[in-house]
Amino acid sequence: MHFPLRSLIPWRAPRLVHAVDGVSLHVDAGETLGLVGESGCGKSTLARCVLRLIEPTAGRIRFADTDLTALGDEDMRRRRREIQMVFQDPTASLNPRLSVAATVDEPLALHTPLTAQARRARVDEVLEEVGLGAGLRDRYPHQLSGGQRQRVNIARAIASRPRLVVLDEPTSALDVSLRARVILLLGELKRALGMTYLFISHDLSTVRYLCDRVAVMYLGVVVEEAPARELFDHPAHPYTRALLSCIPIPDPDAVQERLALAGEVPSPVDIPAGCRLRGRCPLAQPVCAEPVPVREVAPGHTVACHLV
Amino acid sequence: MTPLLALEDLTVHFDTEDGVVQAVDGAALAVGPGEVVGLVGESGSGKSVTALAILRLLRPPARVVSGRIRFDGRDLLALSEEEMRSVRGAQISMVFQSPRTSLNPVLPVGRQIERLLVRHGGAAPGQAKARAVAMLREAGIAEPERRAGQYAHQLSGGMCQRVMVAMALATNPRLLIADEPTTGLDVSIAAQILELLRDLGRRTGAAILLITHDLGVVARLCDRVVVMHAGQTVEWAPVRRLFHAPAHPYTRALIRSIPRVDREIAMEPIPGAVPSLLAPPHGCRFAPRCDLVRAECTAHIPLREIEAEHRVACVAVEGR
Repeated sequence: MHFPLRSLIPWRAPRLVHAVDGVSLHVDAGETLGLVGESGCGKSTLARCVLRLIEPTAGRIRFADTDLTALGDEDMRRRRREIQMVFQDPTASLNPRLSVAATVDEPLALHTPLTAQARRARVDEVLEEVGLGAGLRDRYPHQLSGGQRQRVNIARAIASRPRLVVLDEPTSALDVSLRARVILLLGELKRALGMTYLFISHDLSTVRYLCDRVAVMYLGVVVEEAPARELFDHPAHPYTRALLSCIPIPDPDAVQERLALAGEVPSPVDIPAGCRLRGRCPLAQPVCAEPVPVREVAPGHTVACHLV
Repeated sequence: MTPLLALEDLTVHFDTEDGVVQAVDGAALAVGPGEVVGLVGESGSGKSVTALAILRLLRPPARVVSGRIRFDGRDLLALSEEEMRSVRGAQISMVFQSPRTSLNPVLPVGRQIERLLVRHGGAAPGQAKARAVAMLREAGIAEPERRAGQYAHQLSGGMCQRVMVAMALATNPRLLIADEPTTGLDVSIAAQILELLRDLGRRTGAAILLITHDLGVVARLCDRVVVMHAGQTVEWAPVRRLFHAPAHPYTRALIRSIPRVDREIAMEPIPGAVPSLLAPPHGCRFAPRCDLVRAECTAHIPLREIEAEHRVACVAVEGR
């Protein structure tokens, strides 16, 4: 699966919000790619583009051997059986009038040729897989806890046995101990069902735990990409290093110095030429105003920076 | 050391249609002058209710059933509302979670600080404006004169929180209560806000009670930690001790359940679920999920000192 795309969201002509700008990524079958960055970096926009919930302005999204951006509505709808999404807010994602069973059944009814009986069996199977149990099938969202609701969302996403699941901050709205359970569940499903995930999150410790590879985004572009352990142990881009240094380590004796980036993230409407981190980067040099090269600093580890 | 704030045996109930929610059960904590104390727990642990109880901001259906909140020698629960008003905002301030909704949307932010200063005698009316701008500058806001004239919706989330911190410290309080002050903020902004709190706290000598579920924040910022679970105080200790030798089974389980960004670890979620506060178990509320549970756990378990400054509410823990 491969998606090079550029997406510009018209805001008020002629100014444009360059939400995602010339991003190329790939996710191999059975892999989990983490996409991290702070607000405004474009990761959620990119996630929605993969499902064409937002239409990319330019570029291609290749899934298996098909270019999704070239598909008509009907064909795209069929493809959605294979690509599903889990969103951040477990409550807002569930129809309050549908029972758990009805919610999980929806994608099966829409996308699969299974009979009602077969669908019922699949719903029960999936509810077991996510640790909810068939006993909760007749409950409604308001009768479930936050963690249970998110499990229903995950159940719904995997019910049609998709090849790719896009998860946009699936644990951010959950409490600390629930987070652990959902992450473990996602890990188990990955192993048991061979799921491929595009995992979007700002929670770097969760990303470290779950992802095989990680791409870091800043203001619409990918600044660094590497296997997970490599990224966390040897971050190369100044932005990645600054981001990691901001995460407090739960160890009072750990030596941790925060790498400060000056100012705040600039508006995605007026983007500086050259490197987008230029105005805030402590290492900035005159050359940073030039278009940024992408260099490989270690096997599979690429960085978009003049100075690395 | 005489604590600046000492909470003893605080019990708070909420009278709801479904029954009585026993939100806080015999909670205790202490904050020394100038200290940074972390109050840790998950949602439903009662930490926010405890903070509101300290400031006497609880309203029906909440009900303080029992307890003593000693601040600077006085029991806050015994004060009249009028007396409490001179404590709130002046001697004890609070910074809440969602800065934009905590700020008055129809007043420029500078004016909000000015009003606070005039009301609590921090400045004469003529000087309040200058002092408000100075506070904004100290809180790290660039172009403070311009920003003082702006409204909350014109400021970013991070900037709003800086305004909240400026407001909270403007009157030079002895104690600042910060309830999850970085929820919803980006990681880099969150780091800046926490550093701001710590630095201003040190500079003004204010003690800070920092309420959070994030153990990383606690480890980096706090001198001491109080852990709550389902409305009960289960452990309190100096920060190093809590992380190196956690005693209560809940604390240990909590530490084991968090993923780390600095190393590969096996994350273990806490088994079971947080008990319902409508019908909580008798005695220790962690007992139903605890692998060290025994018969005595259904009775009331007091906090017991097992080492200097280290108290645990658990019968299964050795020591003293």
